[in-house]
Amino acid sequence: MRAYWELAKSSFRRHSTYRTAAVAGAFTNSVFGLIRASLLLSAITTAGGAIGGYSAMEAATYVWLGQALLAPLGLFGNTELAGRVKSGDIAVDLSRSVNLTASYWAQDLGRAAFDVLPRGLPPLIVGALVTGLAMPGTPGPYLLGFVSILAAISLNFLGFFAINLLSFWVLEIRGFWMLYMVLMNLLSGFLVPVTWFPDWLFDFARATPFPSMLQTPVDILAGRTDGAESLAMVCLQFLWLAVLLVVVQVMVRFGSRKLVVQGG
Amino acid sequence: MPIIEVDNLSREFQIMEPVGRFRRRKKAVHAVRGIDFTVEPGEAVGYIGANGAGKSTTIKMLTGVLVPSSGRVTVCGFNPVPQRKALARKIGVVFGQRSQLWWDLPLQDSYPILGAMHRMSEADWRPRFRDLADQMDLGEFLTTPVRQLSLGQRMRGEVAAALLHRPELVILDEPTIGLDMISKEKLRQFLDAERRDNGTTLLLTTHDMSDIQRLCQRVLVVDDGAIAYDGPLTGLAEVTGAVRTMVVDLAAPVHSAALFSLPNGAVHEGIEADGIRHSVTFDPRRLSAATVLAAISSTAEVADLSLHEPDIEHLVRQLYGRARR
Repeated sequence: MRAYWELAKSSFRRHSTYRTAAVAGAFTNSVFGLIRASLLLSAITTAGGAIGGYSAMEAATYVWLGQALLAPLGLFGNTELAGRVKSGDIAVDLSRSVNLTASYWAQDLGRAAFDVLPRGLPPLIVGALVTGLAMPGTPGPYLLGFVSILAAISLNFLGFFAINLLSFWVLEIRGFWMLYMVLMNLLSGFLVPVTWFPDWLFDFARATPFPSMLQTPVDILAGRTDGAESLAMVCLQFLWLAVLLVVVQVMVRFGSRKLVVQGG
Repeated sequence: MPIIEVDNLSREFQIMEPVGRFRRRKKAVHAVRGIDFTVEPGEAVGYIGANGAGKSTTIKMLTGVLVPSSGRVTVCGFNPVPQRKALARKIGVVFGQRSQLWWDLPLQDSYPILGAMHRMSEADWRPRFRDLADQMDLGEFLTTPVRQLSLGQRMRGEVAAALLHRPELVILDEPTIGLDMISKEKLRQFLDAERRDNGTTLLLTTHDMSDIQRLCQRVLVVDDGAIAYDGPLTGLAEVTGAVRTMVVDLAAPVHSAALFSLPNGAVHEGIEADGIRHSVTFDPRRLSAATVLAAISSTAEVADLSLHEPDIEHLVRQLYGRARR
């Protein structure tokens, strides 16, 4: 376990060396928050006050929480593993006495821990100043929200890791990556809340792990769900976590037998 | 008990080969074909061969990174692929062209992580690290991010990383590639001392003959995926009838080779630069360089000279040619 703790810590430090990137990222998240909030607000005004149970303030809160969690949750993923397979550096990863998935997971948690404040706070501050935020006044949603965020970070990690692992079989994963991004952006509730979807798409989204990756922690944090409902949603997140973990481990197991390490 | 046991080990790769404009055909490439060898604890073995001969493929199978197509491998008592993580705690690996250090962190930050990976307590790895840092002169760049290190500095860091957990076996894949003479020599001295003091087994691949001469008593020559020679280095030169070459520059031109009374076993190979530069090959088992030089100096004044050892590629080519005949 100590190795994974050290890996997480090192990842936190690695990311903390790129401060300019963090500032630029936070700025971008805030600007896009303004754009998204204004689009949703004008849609709600046109619809006559509320859409799918979201009032104007609630929709704005949904946007700002989404923008704040975007980076910590790792919603854009990274192609580090696929890159290391391409360059052959995967040989180094496999020569270490740690579990491949767990070592990358620990590093992603370290990254997320760094991203929380510098990437999360600015969009929330901008949101509070520009549109105001409708946040709950009791501690419950924040506690469960924290657990839900941890689960969502892990889910996003495992989802992207699975796509990266495809590089054990195919040299170029860009097509799979694009497809995953499109599906995930839509079905996780990043573009609009999944409850705004037409029934058939809503049902489809609910049958995938994607809403657990963003919509769930945002709804729990915003206090849109009551305690029992929130708890059930967190349980669902952990169920998906178990499923994705099995998928990823099976992929690692079969993929590493298939893997051809590039270069000398 | 041997530390490495390789028994009839093979690995083939499927590659897709274009046939005509659209179709592709599967083709099997045999990178390693049925090799056998064992390495005893404490040995220092050079694993040499031309590019593409199958060295790296073998190394990857020894470390459990690559699954063999057939045959058996045992390293430190482990079956490398299924027991990869347990094996990784017994061996140290240095890939000359890859890094196991954390690229964007100061060099010293990599070692606590490695110590934890090897399940060493701080009291265990810290003194060892200080010792290694001392011997490898890491002190002045320990706080420099790895990405800013020079190649020589980084390699010293890499070797320290591979040795932190006092591995029984250290596998080095071209550890001196790209290093200058001084860095190479430092690294060799260190590895040699490590083996003498701790009985560490060394297996290294290299293209540099002097790595082998300085470090290894035994060489394995692999050619086209098969072992072409297994024995002492001196034997390799003997088997191939390798010769050394002496190149002398004379103070005044001499136009005829016949003027030199060269001893038996030395052959005048050629004249360049209008009689100034002469090259002479000789058999090192029969003649010393001093004898050859004395013979030349008795005829003409020597202004400058250089000696050339047979290179690995040359030896391997000779050996392979001999096997083919």
